[in-house]
Amino acid sequence: MIEILSATLIVLGLFLLLAGTVGLLRLPDFYCRMHSVGKSDTLGIVLCLSGVALYNLTGGFTLTNILVSLKIMTMAVFWLIANPTTTHALARSAYQSGLKPWTKDGITEIDLDEKRAKEATN
Amino acid sequence: MEDFFLGAAIVISLMAVMTIYRAVAGPTDIDRIISVGAIGTKTVILLLLMGLIYKRLDMFVDIALCYAIINFVGTLLFAKYFNRKGVL
Repeated sequence: MIEILSATLIVLGLFLLLAGTVGLLRLPDFYCRMHSVGKSDTLGIVLCLSGVALYNLTGGFTLTNILVSLKIMTMAVFWLIANPTTTHALARSAYQSGLKPWTKDGITEIDLDEKRAKEATN
Repeated sequence: MEDFFLGAAIVISLMAVMTIYRAVAGPTDIDRIISVGAIGTKTVILLLLMGLIYKRLDMFVDIALCYAIINFVGTLLFAKYFNRKGVL
């Protein structure tokens, strides 16, 4: 029973990781790729780690197994905090260094802001 | 159950190979950095599955934890660097 549950968790995590990878390959822009990878990778790795920690407990509730499972769940919580942090930092540094987002007509918010600033000074 | 873990490890390896395309051909540098981070994400799960296959999970967990922390710190350092220097 626990084996089926952990296999289901790992398969769900693999599906989310695959969705993130396809988005990384197919989407047109850096920000879109960040949108795809940042969220689906986080949930995918948390589900995979939960499945591995659950399967590890099928070897018996000894002290070593419980400690290893606790360590794996610590890693899952760490990823749940760290992956959105890196996504935020990378997107912020890209926006502040002037990387323009992809739009259909080629006009971005950065261009509009510069235009408004120029009109305000005039 | 070992066969299932081996199949999952093969699927994750194929996903890492697909991600390498973006790391090689990405238009900007920051694309390469995020694809390397995604490869690191997949490597952590791959290490844990290797530990389950070889039945030495207590050893592989420490390696995976160190890899996760180094991946996080490296990506944050690259973000800081590009914030100051500008994306090429």
